[in-house]
Amino acid sequence: MSAPASYKVYMPPVPEEIRGGKAQPLLIVDKLKKHFPVRGGVLNRVTAVVKAVDDVTFEVQKGEVLGIVGESGCGKSTTARLVMQLIKPDSGTLVYDGDPVGAFRGISVSQLRRKVQMVFQESFASLNPRLSISDSISYAPKMHGTARAEAEERTERLLRDVGLNPAQFARRYPHELSGGQRQRVNIARALALEPKLLILDESVSALDKSVEAQVLNLLVELKEKRDLTYMFISHDLNVVEFISDRVLVMYLGKVVETGPVDEIYRNPRHPYTKALLRSKPSFDPAHRTTEMPLTGDPPSPLNPPSGCRFRTRCAFAESICAATAPELDATPDSPPQHAVACHMFVAGSGHSRAISGGLV
Amino acid sequence: MTNVPAYAEAKGGQAQVASAEVRKQPANEVGQGYWRTVWGRLKRDKVTMTVTFILLMIILMAIFAPFVTAYDPYAGGIMRRLKPVGTPGHWLGTDETGRDMWTRIAYGARLSLLTGILPVGVALAVGGLLGIVAGYAGGIVNTLIMRTMDVFYAFPSILLAIAICGMLGSGMTNAILALSIVFIPPMVRIAESVTTQVRTLDFVDAARASGTTTSQIIRHHILNNVMGTILVYATSLISISIVLSAGLSFLGLGAKPPEAEWGLMLTSLRQAIYVQPLVAAIPGFMIFITSMCFNLMSDGFRGAMDIKLNK
Amino acid sequence: MAEAAPKPIVDVRDLKVEFRRREQSVAAVNGVTFSLMPGEVLTILGESGSGKSVTLKALMGLVPDYAHVTGQALVDGKDVVGMSRDELRQIRGPVVSMIFQEPMTALDPVFTIGDQIAEIIKTHEGLSHRAAMKRALELLEMVSIPSAARRLKNYPHEMSGGMRQRAMIAMALACRPSVLLADEPTTALDVTVQIQILLLLRQIQKEMGMAVVFVTHDVGVAAEISDQVAVMYAGRLVETGTVYEVLSERSHPYTEGLLSSTVHGGMKGQPLDMIRGQPPNLAALPPGCSFAPRCSQAVESCHRVEAPAVTLGPGRLVRCIRAQPLLAAE
Repeated sequence: MSAPASYKVYMPPVPEEIRGGKAQPLLIVDKLKKHFPVRGGVLNRVTAVVKAVDDVTFEVQKGEVLGIVGESGCGKSTTARLVMQLIKPDSGTLVYDGDPVGAFRGISVSQLRRKVQMVFQESFASLNPRLSISDSISYAPKMHGTARAEAEERTERLLRDVGLNPAQFARRYPHELSGGQRQRVNIARALALEPKLLILDESVSALDKSVEAQVLNLLVELKEKRDLTYMFISHDLNVVEFISDRVLVMYLGKVVETGPVDEIYRNPRHPYTKALLRSKPSFDPAHRTTEMPLTGDPPSPLNPPSGCRFRTRCAFAESICAATAPELDATPDSPPQHAVACHMFVAGSGHSRAISGGLV
Repeated sequence: MTNVPAYAEAKGGQAQVASAEVRKQPANEVGQGYWRTVWGRLKRDKVTMTVTFILLMIILMAIFAPFVTAYDPYAGGIMRRLKPVGTPGHWLGTDETGRDMWTRIAYGARLSLLTGILPVGVALAVGGLLGIVAGYAGGIVNTLIMRTMDVFYAFPSILLAIAICGMLGSGMTNAILALSIVFIPPMVRIAESVTTQVRTLDFVDAARASGTTTSQIIRHHILNNVMGTILVYATSLISISIVLSAGLSFLGLGAKPPEAEWGLMLTSLRQAIYVQPLVAAIPGFMIFITSMCFNLMSDGFRGAMDIKLNK
Repeated sequence: MAEAAPKPIVDVRDLKVEFRRREQSVAAVNGVTFSLMPGEVLTILGESGSGKSVTLKALMGLVPDYAHVTGQALVDGKDVVGMSRDELRQIRGPVVSMIFQEPMTALDPVFTIGDQIAEIIKTHEGLSHRAAMKRALELLEMVSIPSAARRLKNYPHEMSGGMRQRAMIAMALACRPSVLLADEPTTALDVTVQIQILLLLRQIQKEMGMAVVFVTHDVGVAAEISDQVAVMYAGRLVETGTVYEVLSERSHPYTEGLLSSTVHGGMKGQPLDMIRGQPPNLAALPPGCSFAPRCSQAVESCHRVEAPAVTLGPGRLVRCIRAQPLLAAE
């Protein structure tokens, strides 16, 4: 991955539609880091550090769906909140469409928040119970100075877009809706500021399967109609495969593998990705899973293992894995977008199964 | 808004979803907001409605005291001392200086309610604000406010009230001030805990993510959701406040004779307990009824406002 | 059938559970009938509010007091419906036991895992503390908890989610029950841990010859673990049969819809077939077939008449008006 250089060059303001151009990634996340100190003891000293997100780097291309998968504690939700700037990152840069966020000549955090919006997992907790559906949706536009009548009209249009009849739903309150309907409202609310990027953090995970399918179809439809880009975070491998163009696999705060969805699902490289995919229930009673792809639970992100963080559960772990952390790098024999962080895919890394350099 | 065209025809497949979803909701519930739901539940709760009615009557009695009785609350007469309940002209009897009990009770309600409600009001404003700030800000601000409150918590409330009254000297104003100080820490604690709860909910994050400023979030999202709980708690404090203020007057730290105040009346009628036990008990009975009604009302509100039942 | 045919270990006939409250009564289970042979795994598959968990709890008498239970639920020959608290206490453990979705709420936080397991063994089998602890250790080893002897002394909060779930399974198996009831035991777990628990349950079930009633909303999990599958909707079983029959034939439109709306590999790039609408409100069920308002193949009579239960074969039942001609055709 070559470091994007474009944002370092000052560019005069250009119309938003063509800002940065088609090839400019909508979002570049570079070396994002967040460690949460855990305090304890009499003196309230830092006793441990949760390395929630550690040097996470990725890009989101315009118009694509980037799926982020991983087990609990892998940092996928923290990444989402860091991108939204709901939590302040310890270090790292965000570049939105060529403009560095919060930097000189870049865009401010509040400007970013109009371009990037988020839908949370808990449909009930993410709506203010005292506001009616239409008030919830029109709240942000009104706050940003949209005239009342226009905001109202936009709300009505949004409700229709997410498949809810405004006449029946606008004046209702969150507790009068079912989970699926509430999640539609949350999507409408997120779209009210007309963002370009929507972060969906486990947004369909709490729904029943039949309702989940409805919301997934809605998301696909909205994306095309409104020319949106998604960051889709989920623990459900099947759903991520269905909706994503590219996938990012995270483990204990690190990206272990990234690539086009078909590459990742058909040709996974990292031992963790392989095990994760083999852990999916088979859907076919004639071909059941017979051996455990992985043993044990994911370790706690509190003081994670040295070197490669997966080594404690990895069948191929060797001394080199404990000594140095592998870099996320392109694999030599697959499309350049496919990158993996494993010593076995670095020629001459010192791992006994390392690929030979000749393959390149 | 009411006449939106038949959306189902207009939009094909996806619209079917909406129409099928709609079918499930009973028509009478449409657009019923939170407070309407609460009111609907309250209306069905007979106990709460009854105690609220009694309280309303007591308050009206206090406000219109000169109109409910023909007597002067301070005018006594040696000849009329300690008449029993049911005496013609004095249906609740008279006290130890011959003043009409009914008049004294009606006028006494003014001071008793005032010393009951005002401290809670002050505590609500000061404590509520501090609590919300502590809850929303978190971190060092929270620690500072909450630890200070803990210091007050170390003393039992009645002792604290007596001590403050003792320092400031007796009198109505000081009694009210002392009770206000006593009620601030519990108010802060409640406000802080509900605010902390609400602050962590996703809709607050969603509002932040839409560029809403902190003051807007507090005004539109936090206050809206914590006020109910705080108010309910304040109502329950009134019942305690009435008892405590009566207690202070009883000890001679609150209202001064010859003022009419239930707690004070209880003290001065103490000596008459063997002569006219029924008359002597009336102020106590009023304190009990009022305090209990506030308590029950608060319970009823709490139940009706529990929105999670409807989730 | 020959006389030697083994008797079912679980036999439920027309089980109904109604939650009666002041404001409204909710019909959670509306006449459920199924039976289960010893050593078989039955999965009840359904969405939230379908009544699957309530059915399971009724089998153990774990429904609240305001629930009105009728019908028959024979577990090991004894009817659980109408059993007294004492009788229930006697069968819970040695005859039937249960594992839950969230072990944290099912385990007592103030006792060690070892103490909790030993306590059950002591009450039911009257063993000494030492002997009970020895059994507890064996049980933890059976559920493959690493360094089991050390884990005996752990409190629930000191264990990870997967380990807690294993400890709960060990506790449920403490008195070698003939029937294990599992209420979404893998739903809260990560996918890599879920498969471990499923494999473990499958292995233990085979070894002990135990019957399992497994409740889940996840078709994939059902395919991994079940012999029999019963699809539940609005308090009724709409389709039952072997796991192969139900997953491949999908004779009920709801089964078809549920399976095709569940995302799995190879569905990319096309809109998902979905069931429109929401699951029904159990306090106000529609007349006729409960699924009719969401069914794409509903005819006029579906909205009026309750769908008949059509038997397609032994243990194979479909509750749909369309199943009748299906039968005739065969």
